[in-house]
Amino acid sequence: MITFSDRQLSIPKLMRPVYLVTAGQSKFDRAFPGKRTEELCIDALTQAAEMIDMTPAELKSYIHTCYYGHFADHFGDQLLGEAVIHDRLGLDPLGNCGVKTGGATGGTTLWEGVKAVASGYSDCVLCMGWERMDEVPTDEGNFLISCAADKDWESPLGHIYTGYYAVMAQKYWKVFGKEEDSFRRTLAEISVKHHGYARMNPYAHGPMKITVEDVLNSPVVAHPLRALDCCLMSVGASCGILCDEETAMKLAKNAPHKPLRIWVTAGSHTLRPADRRDMEIPLLPNETKDQYKDLGKKFPGGERYPGFTGFLAARMAAYYAYNQVGIKDPTEDLDVIELHDAFTISDVQTYEDIGLRPYGCGRDYVESGDCYHTSPKTGKPGKLPSNISGGLIGCMHSVGATGIMQVFEIACHLWNRWAEVHGDEKRWKAFGRQKPADWTDLQVKGAKRGLAISHAGVGSHVTATILMNPENLIKKDA
Amino acid sequence: MSMIGQVHVKNNQYKIKGDFHHFTPNTPIRNADDAWKLMGVTNPRDMTYMHSYGGEALFFESLSQGRLMATRCDNPKCETKGSIYQPFRIHCPDCLAKMTPIDMTNIAKKTAKVHTFMVCERSGAFNILDKPIKFINIEFDGVCTILMSYLSVGEPKMGMRVVPIFQTLDPTYTILDLAWVPDGTEADQLPKGFSF
Repeated sequence: MITFSDRQLSIPKLMRPVYLVTAGQSKFDRAFPGKRTEELCIDALTQAAEMIDMTPAELKSYIHTCYYGHFADHFGDQLLGEAVIHDRLGLDPLGNCGVKTGGATGGTTLWEGVKAVASGYSDCVLCMGWERMDEVPTDEGNFLISCAADKDWESPLGHIYTGYYAVMAQKYWKVFGKEEDSFRRTLAEISVKHHGYARMNPYAHGPMKITVEDVLNSPVVAHPLRALDCCLMSVGASCGILCDEETAMKLAKNAPHKPLRIWVTAGSHTLRPADRRDMEIPLLPNETKDQYKDLGKKFPGGERYPGFTGFLAARMAAYYAYNQVGIKDPTEDLDVIELHDAFTISDVQTYEDIGLRPYGCGRDYVESGDCYHTSPKTGKPGKLPSNISGGLIGCMHSVGATGIMQVFEIACHLWNRWAEVHGDEKRWKAFGRQKPADWTDLQVKGAKRGLAISHAGVGSHVTATILMNPENLIKKDA
Repeated sequence: MSMIGQVHVKNNQYKIKGDFHHFTPNTPIRNADDAWKLMGVTNPRDMTYMHSYGGEALFFESLSQGRLMATRCDNPKCETKGSIYQPFRIHCPDCLAKMTPIDMTNIAKKTAKVHTFMVCERSGAFNILDKPIKFINIEFDGVCTILMSYLSVGEPKMGMRVVPIFQTLDPTYTILDLAWVPDGTEADQLPKGFSF
């Protein structure tokens, strides 16, 4: 049993408020044979400028420091790709820094940006993320991804990262899912939901109108996961502009929206799941000490925490975030969320890690209809809609960009601009995509607070980004 | 005639022999939908790395000799003193003291069981394991961590007893020299080159 000191568990505090002023992103797709990465990054930054009625040159004149999220140099075969992008964005001689934390790279890029502003080092920071995953065939891509596992102890085992993750999925499936057909169908519903929401998103790489049966009949990747349970492998870029209060108000002077308050926290856990040791479950504000004392009785095999069924890094990121901003119950205090649905089953695991449901009860978040924009069972708005973008399964997983895409999507809801951004005929046309005849406005009405979880592989790094309308803070001095 | 790159260490320096890279020419990537205009170029590359196992070398050498080594923290001042680690870990994650290597082959033979598993139908490039790959994670009595490896005979189940086998004939000196089979498996059922 391992323990943590009070100093390690202390709640982070920003030295001054930080604001997300604007954000933007490129189209996402499996491949862009006709575009260099810098062209995608320029698309993202140009949109960020347009969102606040500025030219890119005007926006650039405010930027003081740049953080670039780009996970896999070997995918793009370009070491220091950050320096290439920085130069092509015309941002020399500003200080810039590359960030890489696997699948959480986008979230970590924002984490760095927030700290730079909060500390007073910079008044305006660019956080830009991208990934180039189309320069090798898929099996070589799988090899390159497997290099993120321990190269001596794990990668030689098939060079397939899905396998290293899927043992955890299998354990969750057995212990908490009890291998029930009904749970398997719940997992499939997540895929149907995310591919379906992606149909309304012009940026999305994987829109599909599918059924639970389609998911259950798709090819097996690693039992119980099938092809349609898995995230996309995408190319694209996204960015956000973070500022102190004074600069934020100046930048947004003529903008159609107001800047949002932003906080980012982070957690980590062993790169090799093999190294996980037992510990007590760290509790979130909506949980009690006795809550999990009989977890192993209710779910035989679930005695070990985090074992192979939970993501400690996600729990810690949520622990720091909720306590920092005053969230008592995420399902009551938040209005919209984006989660890192690398696989349908990891989506469910995350519901528990971040306290949407207690450990062992994650499936209820889907089965209750709470996770939907509009519950298919009741026709009423879901209590806490998740992954309206389509998530990693339906929208994209362009690793370094993913965590920033999530924040862009949440911000669109909080700015009440979701329909304007996603319904624009010109954008659909520019991306060469057909706007569906049944296109639906998925704006979460009245959304004031949101959360995005950015997550690396088997849970080595996780960040939690909270966005709030400044008039709707829970804790005034957060 | 080219020779595969080979390395040994002499006077604490790498001494290399043979070919460590192979040249393949670039080829153009053209657009079949637009008059075969140039869009890019292939960049072939084949390189050999020289990788040090450092303090874990003992573990990998031992596999080729039919032994499963672990480490134990013996620092009397460490709060988690006595913890045994598999994967073999050079330093204690709590006190960072250098740990004591121990032979846990018998512990593995007597107590190993499958904590979880995954049958994986796909693999990445350069995979040399037969598909589907049966990933297993193995727990042992008295060991605080759970090793990842693969089952080379039979079908995995959670809780099943397994025993280690070692590639002692033509070892690869990688983690692939260690595999597992269900307890009770006969020697003639083992894959070529492996023994108990």
